[in-house]
Amino acid sequence: MASSENLDSVGYIKHHLQNLQVCKTDEGWVWNQCQEAGFWAINVDSLLFAFLLGALFCFSFWRVAKNAKIENPGKWQSMVEMVVEFVDKSVKDTFHGRNPLIAPLALTIFVWVVLMNMMDWIPVDLLPWVAEQTNVHVLGNEPHTSYLKFLPTADVNITFSLSIGVFLLILFYSIKVKGIGGFIGELTLHPFSSKNKFVQVLLIPVNLLMETIGLIAKPISLGLRLFGNLYAAELLFILIAILMSTGIGGLVGGFISYMGWAIFHILVIPLQAFIFMMLTIVYLSQAHEDH
Amino acid sequence: MNVNLTLIINMIFFAAFVFFCMKFVWPHIMAAIEERQNKIAEGLAASERSQKDLELAQEKAAEILREAKGQSAELVDSAKKRHTEIVDSAKDDARAEADKIKSGAQAEIEQEVNRAREQLRSKVATLAVAGAEKVIERNIDEAANNDMFDKLVKDL
Repeated sequence: MASSENLDSVGYIKHHLQNLQVCKTDEGWVWNQCQEAGFWAINVDSLLFAFLLGALFCFSFWRVAKNAKIENPGKWQSMVEMVVEFVDKSVKDTFHGRNPLIAPLALTIFVWVVLMNMMDWIPVDLLPWVAEQTNVHVLGNEPHTSYLKFLPTADVNITFSLSIGVFLLILFYSIKVKGIGGFIGELTLHPFSSKNKFVQVLLIPVNLLMETIGLIAKPISLGLRLFGNLYAAELLFILIAILMSTGIGGLVGGFISYMGWAIFHILVIPLQAFIFMMLTIVYLSQAHEDH
Repeated sequence: MNVNLTLIINMIFFAAFVFFCMKFVWPHIMAAIEERQNKIAEGLAASERSQKDLELAQEKAAEILREAKGQSAELVDSAKKRHTEIVDSAKDDARAEADKIKSGAQAEIEQEVNRAREQLRSKVATLAVAGAEKVIERNIDEAANNDMFDKLVKDL
């Protein structure tokens, strides 16, 4: 609760869930006044942490790839290889075609999402406090203009950028493997089909509706599942942090529950990343299947 | 929860990271893993092969040892045989030599005996004559006496 004597609990929560935004208005690029900007705002904090963590993944794995030793791998190389083999096995178990993209895609998703989710373990006030100090003392701004939401996967933009990326690949491979006609056929001729031409024509709108909903549901469920889990996790951490500020009993109880919730996330964090990766593989494998 | 430009920018990041991973990370790590797997498989095969070789070599060594043992036994046998042969022939040779020496010695002894006998005979005759001359103290017909003494000596 370092930041704000003058904020009540609701304000504290809202402050924590507010992204550091930049957007272009009539007066040029402005910070934190983007309520009117709609789509044309950028969540700088989410993007920054997402990019840094993705770059961390790329750099650390690239270093291993470049210096890979055959005879006696080091500890870090062994760990990286363990992750790579785990992803490779998951891909081979589910995806039976030959596609050089799927496995690296799954690896990137898994490690990147794990890294982004792991930001959840950082105490909720630590990085915002650093940001506020920087904002006030280095940049010379008012304290209440300091916003930082450092958990990228609790930002719906980040999770949806992943799931929509996957969705575009689903569309691409569906059309590539089955052809446009085959893909449209899949959307319109299943699950209900009939030998009678007239009945078949009647069934097409029904099939199209169902299949389209099924198709659209894939990226939405992917993105919302990850977002929901991490958003809820972050929200609970914030609530526990508020509990800690309510006297000695609250501090002890808050400390214990904060720790318990963090320990629980040893399960949640890799599990959510694994689910995201696994569903990506499954969806792309379905996209490759020709009926 | 408002969707904005962040989504598009992060999709570009996503594509870049996946591309980077596909080009520079995944193939190299997989290649390293596969090369190691091959090496381990080769090593195991080699060790199996060398174990088989070892077994063969041991068998061969045992066979050679057995053969050598047989040969040495044969050698010892033949050496023993040869030994007895040599000893036997040496014995025969020695015996023959000893016989020769014995017979030579006997012949010499006989000769010596005969010679001694002859000398003794002549000395006895002379002694007898001298003795008789002294006893009788008279000169008798030497020729007749010599005949008589010769007869006596021959009877000795």
